[in-house]
Amino acid sequence: MKELKSERIDELHAIANRARALALTLAHNVNESHSAGALSMADILAVLYSEYIDVEKVKAESPERDRFILSKGHCCASLYAMLAEVGILDRDELLKNFAQNGTHYYAHATHTLPGVELSTGSLGHGLPVACGMALGAKKSGKNFKVYCLVGDGEMDEGSNWEAIAFAAHHRLDNLYLIIDKNQMQALGDTKDVLSLDPMADKLRAFNWDVEEIDGNNIEAIVNALENLMNRSGKPKVIVANTIKGKGVSFMEHNLKFHYSAPKDDELKQALEELA
Amino acid sequence: MRTAFINQLLEEARHNERVCLVVGDLGYHVVEPFAEEFPDRFINAGIAEQNMAGMAAGLAMTGYNVYIYSIGSFPTLRCLEQIRNDIAYHKANVKVVSVGAGYAYGSLGATHQATEDIGALRTIPNMVVCTPGDPIEARAIATLSANYEGPMYIRLGKAGEKIAHAEAKLDLKIGDIVPVMQKEGNAKAVMACGNILASAKQQIETERLPYDLYSVPFVKPLNMKSLQDIVARYPDGLITIEEHQRSCGMGSAIVEQLNDLYAAGGVANYPKVKCIAIPDEFVGVVGNQNYLREVEGLKL
Repeated sequence: MKELKSERIDELHAIANRARALALTLAHNVNESHSAGALSMADILAVLYSEYIDVEKVKAESPERDRFILSKGHCCASLYAMLAEVGILDRDELLKNFAQNGTHYYAHATHTLPGVELSTGSLGHGLPVACGMALGAKKSGKNFKVYCLVGDGEMDEGSNWEAIAFAAHHRLDNLYLIIDKNQMQALGDTKDVLSLDPMADKLRAFNWDVEEIDGNNIEAIVNALENLMNRSGKPKVIVANTIKGKGVSFMEHNLKFHYSAPKDDELKQALEELA
Repeated sequence: MRTAFINQLLEEARHNERVCLVVGDLGYHVVEPFAEEFPDRFINAGIAEQNMAGMAAGLAMTGYNVYIYSIGSFPTLRCLEQIRNDIAYHKANVKVVSVGAGYAYGSLGATHQATEDIGALRTIPNMVVCTPGDPIEARAIATLSANYEGPMYIRLGKAGEKIAHAEAKLDLKIGDIVPVMQKEGNAKAVMACGNILASAKQQIETERLPYDLYSVPFVKPLNMKSLQDIVARYPDGLITIEEHQRSCGMGSAIVEQLNDLYAAGGVANYPKVKCIAIPDEFVGVVGNQNYLREVEGLKL
């Protein structure tokens, strides 16, 4: 079982914060929404892309590559930033083209960019597609894993629960669902909009293998993935309790930043805090 | 028609290991031979069409040619956004198959009548829309679709449709408009799609109507050259007939294409086109397929 040294944990923390900083810069430059949701999931992305997903296979579009689907595609800025961090996207091109007329750098996750498996942002689409990929791997005898990151607000969508039943029925133990449970959605706290708690219990009842963790803790993310990878027979889910806007004091759990991009002075302060 | 399609698909699956059949818990007494011969390539996704369509896209992205199969509105309108975003936008190799075109399940009411599906599916980019008119065409489209890489909608009838073509086997290409009946001197042509084809043929024969008859097994894309030739051949114009709403159906598609052809100078004289289709209403009474066709005026 993988155990990270403290230096490596620090490195991953720094990678996550670099992705946060680039994501905020992208949002600021073109005044795009969803900054806070991009920050809550950055630690998860840092772990997956630095420790688990073979980036060279992604670059080569190998049929054996692990698949990562960002179902909460509205928060793509930190995914694009992470893809730039690991060399799948070019950082300068990303900064130049993000959400610019005539480019392919859409402001929701888009399969027109290298390394992005699925165009998303219309919510509740990623997990069913991930189920199909995981089933395809099993049917064709391939060993790749499928990771799917969803938002907790997105779990309102019925299509997710159809997929959750399907994955358990077909014992898709190569499927890793990660719920970025930052506890906020478009018009408020998830507990006030459409409460789905206790989320972990619901998933256990659907016959999934569940780990519930602090989703902004690098070591906890790694331990949860390791635990799940050592078990088989059920689809796997990490209920990752995160903080929306994580890493920037004035953005944390602040609904304003579901919508607003940071202004000049806000970006300056954010980059200082993330440095 | 559905049995002819599935039996041909089974035949295709015997030499094409990429063919998978996913059903939405429907297909009793139709899909069992496929399930028994290819249990590893048959999935009952349950009564969960959104997941069925999205999952099919993901499965296709790993290399399979995936057919999703259910009744009328269920694999089409119920999961339209999955078809648009996951299947069509990504050009995933998924074939959406519906059974019970038009009023085939007429007595069950509007919930089970497939009368808006062509319109919904043909507005989506990258989708080929197939509307086979008889079991011969259904078999040909099963073969064609098994060898086609990309999204496709296949609108089937139910059971017991009469064969309209004289040929025992057709070799269709996407866009083909297929002559069914032609007689020297006829100045008007009927263009029919779906399982109303045989009814149109019967009416022309019984009433000795002076019309040639063509089947339109592909509402999208239409072969422009074929359409151009047909228009040039019939000075009295065209009649389109379909078991679908008038809006955005096959007749609409023909008129749109004719308009483009005329604007571009591809048609010298704009033909008279009479479109016979459902007049923008849910049928208000119980009835079998033939009865409801009468109620809605779906005859020549």
